[in-house]
Amino acid sequence: MVATFEPKTDYKVIGTRPIRHDGYDKVTGRAIYGGDLTLPGLIWGVCVRSPHAHANIKSIDTSAAEAMDGVLAVITGADMPEALDKLVDLGEGNVNFKWASNKLMADDKVVYRGHPVAAVAAVDRYTAEEAARKVVVEYEVLKAVTNVTDALAPDAPIVLPDLVGDDLGEDVTNTNMAEHVRHEFGDVEGAMASAAHTIEREYNMQMVHQGYIEPHNATAVWDEEDRIKIWTSTQGAFAARTQIAGILQVDVSKVKVTPLEIGGGFGGKIPVYFEPIAAILSRKSRRPVKMVMERVAIFETTGPTPGGRMIIKLGADSNGKLTAATADIWFEAGANPGSVIGPAAMCVYSPYEIPNTRIDGWDVVVNKPKTAAYRAPGSPQVAFAMESAVEELCEEAGWDSMQFRIDNVSREGTRRGDGVLFSKIGMEEVLEAAKNSDHWNAPLGDPSPGRKRGRGMASGYWFNIGLKSSVNLAVNSDGTVTLVEGSPDIGGTRVAMAMHVAEVLGIGAHDVRPSVVDTELVGYTDVTGGSRTTYATGYACWIAANQLVDELKKRVGILWDINEEDIDFSDGIFNSKAESEKTIGFKELAGKLADLGGPATSTGSVDLESAGDGFGLHIVDIDIDTETGKTDVVRFTAIQDVGTAIHPSYVEGQLQGGAVQGIGWALNEEYYMEEDGSMANSSFLDYRMPTSLDLPPIDTILVEVPNPLHPYGVRGVGETPICPPIPAIANAIANAIGTRLYNTPMNAGSIMEALS
Amino acid sequence: MTTSSPGMVHVKTTINGQAHELLVPPYMSLLDTLRELIGLTGTKEGCLDGNCGACTVSVDGRIVDSCLVLGAEVDGKDVDTVEGMASADGLHPLQQAFLEEAALQCGICTPGFLVAAKGLLDNEPSPSEGRIRHWLAGNLCRCTGYDKIIRAVQKASS
Amino acid sequence: MHPFAYVAPGTVDEAVAVLDKHGDRARPLAGGTDLLVKARANAWELDAVVDIKNIPELMTLTVGNDGLTIGAGVPCYQVYENEEVASDYPCIVDGTAIIGGIQIQSRAGLGGNLCNAAPSADGICPLIVHSAVAHIAGPGGSRDVAVEDFCTGPSQTVLKNGELLVSISMPRPPANFGAAYTRFIPRNEMDIAVAGVGVSVILDSSGQNFVSARIALASVGPTPILASAAGNSLAGKPVNDDTIAAAAALASDASTPITDMRGTIAQRKQLINVLTGRMINQAVERARG
Repeated sequence: MVATFEPKTDYKVIGTRPIRHDGYDKVTGRAIYGGDLTLPGLIWGVCVRSPHAHANIKSIDTSAAEAMDGVLAVITGADMPEALDKLVDLGEGNVNFKWASNKLMADDKVVYRGHPVAAVAAVDRYTAEEAARKVVVEYEVLKAVTNVTDALAPDAPIVLPDLVGDDLGEDVTNTNMAEHVRHEFGDVEGAMASAAHTIEREYNMQMVHQGYIEPHNATAVWDEEDRIKIWTSTQGAFAARTQIAGILQVDVSKVKVTPLEIGGGFGGKIPVYFEPIAAILSRKSRRPVKMVMERVAIFETTGPTPGGRMIIKLGADSNGKLTAATADIWFEAGANPGSVIGPAAMCVYSPYEIPNTRIDGWDVVVNKPKTAAYRAPGSPQVAFAMESAVEELCEEAGWDSMQFRIDNVSREGTRRGDGVLFSKIGMEEVLEAAKNSDHWNAPLGDPSPGRKRGRGMASGYWFNIGLKSSVNLAVNSDGTVTLVEGSPDIGGTRVAMAMHVAEVLGIGAHDVRPSVVDTELVGYTDVTGGSRTTYATGYACWIAANQLVDELKKRVGILWDINEEDIDFSDGIFNSKAESEKTIGFKELAGKLADLGGPATSTGSVDLESAGDGFGLHIVDIDIDTETGKTDVVRFTAIQDVGTAIHPSYVEGQLQGGAVQGIGWALNEEYYMEEDGSMANSSFLDYRMPTSLDLPPIDTILVEVPNPLHPYGVRGVGETPICPPIPAIANAIANAIGTRLYNTPMNAGSIMEALS
Repeated sequence: MTTSSPGMVHVKTTINGQAHELLVPPYMSLLDTLRELIGLTGTKEGCLDGNCGACTVSVDGRIVDSCLVLGAEVDGKDVDTVEGMASADGLHPLQQAFLEEAALQCGICTPGFLVAAKGLLDNEPSPSEGRIRHWLAGNLCRCTGYDKIIRAVQKASS
Repeated sequence: MHPFAYVAPGTVDEAVAVLDKHGDRARPLAGGTDLLVKARANAWELDAVVDIKNIPELMTLTVGNDGLTIGAGVPCYQVYENEEVASDYPCIVDGTAIIGGIQIQSRAGLGGNLCNAAPSADGICPLIVHSAVAHIAGPGGSRDVAVEDFCTGPSQTVLKNGELLVSISMPRPPANFGAAYTRFIPRNEMDIAVAGVGVSVILDSSGQNFVSARIALASVGPTPILASAAGNSLAGKPVNDDTIAAAAALASDASTPITDMRGTIAQRKQLINVLTGRMINQAVERARG
């Protein structure tokens, strides 16, 4: 039976804003990220990469590189172990080792531009890069496909000849369609046919990248016992370990992964890229090998999120109630199968209660890098489509779209597009907060001459995962507590973990000292991703802290020579039930533990279902220069049900950061593909992410509908905020210029075209 | 003056107020000189082509992208990095403000922002929000949406 | 990246000698914001970089009655922070203040911007509309080239083996002169121009009529373009919406853009039309003082 919790309001530590424990190291430059690591004898590894998006490898000549002074090892696909064709669950998505291995180092064929075909280790980075240039590879160039439509055309070049596609359970060969799934409930055709109002629209989106500022990195030591030590900036050391061991075909226990500080991930640092290559280079050279990825390679070869094509059809009755919805979704998986059509199906209709629904999703292989998770993967795409369609439906029928959302809102018991029923959710509360917000009620204001102003809003959803986390606690004699956990801290989670423990123990947040540790120092912990960390690792912290209290009650029992059942604990004070004035505080007890049974420690492990559904709604005001199509964001408000905000500053930060990623996605970001399958804009110059000058302040409204499945009501928050901005901006543009855009990015060129 | 083989360059520079005498490979960037030769890893690599500002340092009082400066070029110059911002008396007000305002999430862009913002406040103690946003447009952050960074700089300014 | 040597000569002659010896395997290093990016991308293989920042003529900015002379290595910030330049040459400030961000402007300069010869360069159109001249030193002696003739193609210039850009000069603007430059970019900073327009005008003493005008276009051809027909169309004409619109249309006609990842032909042609109109108006405003 799953425990449920009543919401509380009398927190001592929860809801405050202590300075994060790793903050001092990070503002002084002391914090060690993956690229900062140095080891004795360290050498540097660099990949040799294919300039072609699709080609057969005819030959590789490494002799000139091997002969170079300072080069200590050269490897090719022949040096990679034969990986198993086996699917493994990584938490946020599965990995098939055969595909994962091939993606890292090509066998006989390259399937995306930048696909590594060899790797070099040398005494320093400059030598390694020069040596990589000396590796001579002969290719037979093949035609590349870089979008879903071309890939599904009858005469399309086949990217993976071995691929067996799954079309609703039927095998398909000689195809780029890896999977076709369907979810259908009710009588969609009937309901659509009798709907008073319908709308059907197609939307097309380009691939975009997470855009983390820190490049991928890995340092590896393959030692004399065939044990492999890896240091890396990863979102999950255990997930990395599973992948590395699987690709290298060694037992998991032979691999130790130390997660260093990480400079952003957003899902993109869940898959491994360099770790197995660095390990094999280390084995061959007998030296520690470090690899840091070039920015061009980050764009071309890591895991962006799919672009694709979506067709949405909605049906509503004359009273403004949705009766039917269909979604046809084609996502590009990249050069190996597995895009996020599943999550897209889970999210597309979620803000709404719709009795009759169908979703068809196709996963399509193309000559682009294998997609990975990017913050609520699949959901921003379907939010763009669904929220644009809803808005347009309301425009055509003459309905107020805020009221439409309220009238059709999903609540506890509503069925999601994939069939799951919602438990306690907060979309109604979010809508109410939006309707009453300053921004929604503020006048739009007049734009300057030659400009048009518009306002748009849209909602968004992510399901948030639970999964496994482990933590250990130990009491120090000075009344502080050491907290050992395995969740890499990408956005301030360390401090939230400490606050969980501090809340239980009645001590201060800074009396808990958290550390993020390697795979040999803590129990299995799933990735920092899926908006799960504060929920699941926090829950494990709560369990461990309560277990610690039980252990400490035993020690108090020894001290007072009474039974532990006769001891109460609250607000950091232990007291005897029989004699309530007989008390001892946590700190004082800690000082006496040496004589009361020795070290006091505890652990907590969890394996949880969802981290609670996350609903949000964003409001945006924009100004458009009608002569150039340039869009400026002039006001932005992000509203979201966050469950309970453990550390409100970092919760606000999640809303703000996700919103800005969505703004960049809406207005400018895209993989601009050339005919030959190469990405033309593989740098931060032309892959245009917002700068501080492109944005106003991002206001946030934290709605708190506590999640009954967490002791403090925590709900996942990190991913939902990237979903609403794209449709909110689409709706604002339509409001401003009277014409709607159906493709992203909604850049100046497309706005100018729409205006002409 | 010989250019037949790329010889090491003798560089005498001051880094965070401390004199350094180095032999630097002629093609090595200032960023790598700091990180690899001297071991000051606080300045970060983000893109290596001057588009993200993670490598921002100050040379003779002007903020630059150190990935686009050669180590050889700082002979006779003063270089200031994030490691030099705090003093024996404590953190620089910008560093303190970043902590209090939660202006960092992953922290990788933070050293670049701190050095860049210091470059502004050293000359303009009370800049407007627009001026701050303009000055920091060469520093990319992907985590925060900049909101709390701007607030932190405003807090640290007089 | 091919490992290159670092040389830091103290005179023009020494620099010319090194450049002459290596030909296209040596390049002058000023701000490094284009050179190091291209060297790392293996766009060229260099045996040597010649740091020109110890050569006084290349690092000096002089402004006075004889006009404005900017050494080839003078960084952007020294141009726009100079009070006299800011007041008398605001169009030059327009260009230098938008090349990259603050970090780039601490290092990059107009000399490098010109020699890099990107059609999208933000520093070149302001120079053209100021009738600027490039001063070149080489193994065969010195020569001058009008800035509008300096670039011969994308990344290509008139510089011959061993030649070095020393400085760029322009005359002091006459009375009733005004100039302005702007570009269109998708963000608000840090982008390469999708289209750029620089305009200078000389008005008559009433301020109501054009005496002459120069219009230069960025990002819409293999080099920056001096749109002579468009500029000349204003000579002797009254300042009004019709004459300005006509000149803007001619400027758009003079443009030869391509479609690439930064913009389409249609978009760029329209932008040239729009930006030319705006810059003529701003130049007129500045001319009227």
